[in-house]
Amino acid sequence: MPVRTLRRLLPYVRPYRTQMAVMTLAALSALTASTAVPLVVKRVVDGPVAHHHHAGLITLSWLALALGVSEGMLLWLRRHVLASAATGMEATMRDDLYAHLQRLPVSFHDRWQSGQLLSRATTDLSVIRRFVGYGLVFLVVNTATLVGVSVLLVTLNPAMAALTALGLTPIGVAGARFHHRYVTVARRLQDQQGDLTTLVEEAATGIRIIKAFGRHDVVAADYRGSARVVRASAVETFRVRGWFNAVLGLVPNLILAVVLLWGAIAVSKGALSLGGLVAFISLLLMLVWPVESLGEILAMAGEAAAATERFFEVLDTTPDIQDRPGAYALAEATGRVRFDHVDFSYPGPEQTLVLQGIDVDIAPGETLALVGRTGSGKSTLISLMSRLYDVTAGRVTLDGVDVRDLQLDSLRRHVGVVFDEPTLFSVSVRENLMLGAPTATDADLWAALETAQATFVSELPWGLDTRIGEQGLTLSGGQRQRLALARAIVGRPRVLVLDDPLSAVDVHTEARIQSGLRAVLADSTVLLVAHRPSTVALADRVAFLDGGRVSAVGSHHELLTTVPAYRAVLADARHEMVS
Amino acid sequence: MSTAGPDWRGVASEHADEVTARMGAFLRGRSRRLLGSLLRPHRRGMLLAGLVIVGFDLASMAGPFLVKLGIDRGIPPLLHGGSLVPLVVIVSAIAVSAVIQAATDYGFTLMTGRIGQEVVFDLRGRVFDHFQGLSLSFHESYTSGRVISRLTSDVDAINELLSDGIKVLAWAVLTFVSVVVLLVWLDLELAAIVLAALPFMLGLSAWFRRNSVRAYRATREAIVLVIVHYVETLGGIRAVQAFRRQPRNEEIFETVNRQYADATAWTIRLGAVFGPGVKLMGNVALAAVLLIGGSRVLQGQITVGVLAAFLLYLRRLIDPILDLSQFYTVFQSAAAALEKLAGVLDEPWAVPEPEVPAGLPAARGELRFSGVSFAYREETVLHRVDLIIPAGQTVALVGETGAGKSTLARLAARFYDPTEGRVMLDGIDLRDLTVTDLRRAIAMVTQEGFLFSGSVADNIALGRPGASRDEIEAAARAIGAHEFIAALPHGYDTDVRKRGGRLSSGQRQLVAFARAFLADVRVLMLDEATSSLDIPTERLVQDALQTLLADRTALIIAHRLTTVEIADRVLVVDGGRIIEDGAPTELLRGSGRYADLHQAWLESVA
Repeated sequence: MPVRTLRRLLPYVRPYRTQMAVMTLAALSALTASTAVPLVVKRVVDGPVAHHHHAGLITLSWLALALGVSEGMLLWLRRHVLASAATGMEATMRDDLYAHLQRLPVSFHDRWQSGQLLSRATTDLSVIRRFVGYGLVFLVVNTATLVGVSVLLVTLNPAMAALTALGLTPIGVAGARFHHRYVTVARRLQDQQGDLTTLVEEAATGIRIIKAFGRHDVVAADYRGSARVVRASAVETFRVRGWFNAVLGLVPNLILAVVLLWGAIAVSKGALSLGGLVAFISLLLMLVWPVESLGEILAMAGEAAAATERFFEVLDTTPDIQDRPGAYALAEATGRVRFDHVDFSYPGPEQTLVLQGIDVDIAPGETLALVGRTGSGKSTLISLMSRLYDVTAGRVTLDGVDVRDLQLDSLRRHVGVVFDEPTLFSVSVRENLMLGAPTATDADLWAALETAQATFVSELPWGLDTRIGEQGLTLSGGQRQRLALARAIVGRPRVLVLDDPLSAVDVHTEARIQSGLRAVLADSTVLLVAHRPSTVALADRVAFLDGGRVSAVGSHHELLTTVPAYRAVLADARHEMVS
Repeated sequence: MSTAGPDWRGVASEHADEVTARMGAFLRGRSRRLLGSLLRPHRRGMLLAGLVIVGFDLASMAGPFLVKLGIDRGIPPLLHGGSLVPLVVIVSAIAVSAVIQAATDYGFTLMTGRIGQEVVFDLRGRVFDHFQGLSLSFHESYTSGRVISRLTSDVDAINELLSDGIKVLAWAVLTFVSVVVLLVWLDLELAAIVLAALPFMLGLSAWFRRNSVRAYRATREAIVLVIVHYVETLGGIRAVQAFRRQPRNEEIFETVNRQYADATAWTIRLGAVFGPGVKLMGNVALAAVLLIGGSRVLQGQITVGVLAAFLLYLRRLIDPILDLSQFYTVFQSAAAALEKLAGVLDEPWAVPEPEVPAGLPAARGELRFSGVSFAYREETVLHRVDLIIPAGQTVALVGETGAGKSTLARLAARFYDPTEGRVMLDGIDLRDLTVTDLRRAIAMVTQEGFLFSGSVADNIALGRPGASRDEIEAAARAIGAHEFIAALPHGYDTDVRKRGGRLSSGQRQLVAFARAFLADVRVLMLDEATSSLDIPTERLVQDALQTLLADRTALIIAHRLTTVEIADRVLVVDGGRIIEDGAPTELLRGSGRYADLHQAWLESVA
């Protein structure tokens, strides 16, 4: 099972197969060089020193020097090659993960905690990097050593070799058990670390609310509780590892004792020479290191397998909102939008319909306001327009074409959006605005900023070049909303989707924006979520949403007079004013 | 827009990875103090672990010696038909030492593992608490991505050091010291040759240290950028997709990711020179010992046995040095992380706890601003504001965006401390109140509807931890949120991050309101808290507020003047000053700013 999981890393390792081969060869050669040194020393002691042979001493010392230096160089080579190979592989995996996450639909992000996704990109990938760069190489090296030494042992004395092999079987059994247990614990620990990351992330992004209610203690208690769970699991990994390491250390030593006893008796009976016994024991001692370090490598492999599993959990999720085969681009759009018997429920086991039988036709250039109570499905409805979600039944069409038959890129090019929460990116104001219009000139940008009453940009330290967003200058909610509006209108998209775009703007500014906005809206087909009469005033027609259905469509005044529920939603304020 | 390089200017684009020598010493000192304070509680545990590892070392050193003994002393008697007893004794000793070795190994792994995890736990808690205590202005400039990076990847680096590092260090140091002692004891002159290699090794270490400090610092800086960009993308995924931001995002991400990979590769390459360099020097020393030692044997100055033993132990000396170098790279990584964490812990709380707190078990709710000025990023946003809000009064703050309304509210909630003047609750300077007393008295609802993972009920209960389900439901009912919550797949137990739990921004504002309602404080601050609500819901909230605020102090900021209707008093704020102050009806009759605003609003509604 873990092997099959780890095999999935092959495509990422393959580009570095030359480097992997070089690393493995270098490691094997270095090991050989370092094993050869004691042999040279033995020769020195047995030969030149015993026979007072000075010239031989010098030759062998040079040999020892050459071996020692080449060992050093080979070690350097392995690690030097490792540097670019391992980090290159890790970076590629991270790029892939990121790119894939960007393609996964909003519904995926709705249900995945970003802390879990983050820990996959950081902790998990560095675990994999360490396994591939070190563990995999030494898995080969150690196996080679084990095989080589075993062959030598068998040639030396088959009976004692069999005894050794018998003695080593508990390690095999323990190893298999260990591996299973370790993968389980490692996976649990990594998941718990992901949860911990989520708590950190929430505490950082929700800091204002925590401060507003002074709930540091609650948040901190949650965090500590979660950290305690992580601590317990981490200690558990030490217990499992420590236990296995102890077995790995104990078994070879016990074998050694038995071999010594057995061998000594054999020597006393003349079945074995003393030299033969000594040689067998020194070879046996050579097995200790590879067997012992095998524990560490297996632990690494276990962690890497768990990490790989977590990585592919995300990568195996296919983005269900993507270009259909044969999807085409719509070069020009007139902007006719139609919701044709649209049903929608959020993906998941509960198939509660959030939208039901939505039938709306919006003519090019028309502005349709969507009005309804909080939670009536307005925001959901407009997110279907740019395919942030796909309809459950029915279809949404642009110029008579099902939006699912259009290339996503082309569709979203024609649809400009302002979300209820304005998201700006951590780049310059200019780049933020040009998202909606890649070819816009500065004059276009300023015109859009003027319309959106966002000329405060000229007072920013570096004007249009000022970096904003999370890593840049902090802007107020109203400022962000106005920039988001400017971004949506600067490219004059055929279809504009505006989710209550003026909610955070004061009355005076709202009035100024509206006069300019009217001209802009005239050219586009607009879907406008509105909570206030002042926003509804921008629309040609109004669709009234009630419990996921469009219960009435008409002009603001028609609806006011004919639909009591509509009146209740929109006229209330006025009523209150009069009183 | 095709170049991957940054074409923006301003905060966070500049970061210093070059640090002066004096600064470096200061940073190291600070990290060391932090480490010291983290390890101090575990002195006894570490001492015990030290004893255990000595036991391990002795047992593992005894093994080869016993084997030699077995061959030299155990076998000869057998050859001459003698007793089996000496051999059996020696073999049993080997078995016993093997068991001791295994047991101490297990014990040490577990003990140091436990201590390491305790320390990491302690560190996590400390850094988390400190971040929570730091002021909002700190969080505004530090960004959540950086906070996350500190608490994840930096803590991980230290975790790695403590997990594997301690064992390696203890074992290596112990072996190194015992072998050096043995070497000196065996032959001083040969030992001198070995020790002559030490200055070179130290020189290499110095080189490595100098460079790796910079390299590891670079990795810490780079991973932050990776994490920040990653988190930002996930947080704004709707906008990313709607605006086809993916290609450009990938470009930026690949750039920062590549920087991180390069920095990591740099650290590995430095290690590649350092570790094998040490090994190479050790090997050269070994060849020299072989040559000189061999000559000395030839000249009869030492015996063959001494040379053989010397060479055997010399090889045992190099392994710990190599392990130490391995430890050193892990240590450098952890040190760079520790430096960043120590920096965070050193950040003073801009809103510190009072040294001598003035107790306020039950506040009445009178707010007083006395000569309050506030500057934000060197720009004065409030000018010497004097204001008294009697307990129980509901005050509406009106004015254009950026006039200073939110700043007033935030000062009253002590998100910031004033640059000048005092803000007082019941006559007590807010700076003299403990956080507990302050938060029991004052709460704030903002327009952002951030929800924590967990159920809807959990999110409301944040207003008053320990509230019963009935109380939570009552709060939700009171502000008209019960209806939609009950309609969710699992009602109040619906997980807001799970399928079907996605709430609209209006619904999230309602949850925030229910939370504030439940908190039951004396002073309530509402900053644009109803901006995303539809009118009937807003009205419901206002009705609830009218009851709720009847005997409470409230500061309400709203762009819509509907909210003002429930206020006893209106303050018009402009350019950081209060320019009008009076009852709404009174101000309406005048011809001031408020009357203007009201007229404009009436027109917008019509």
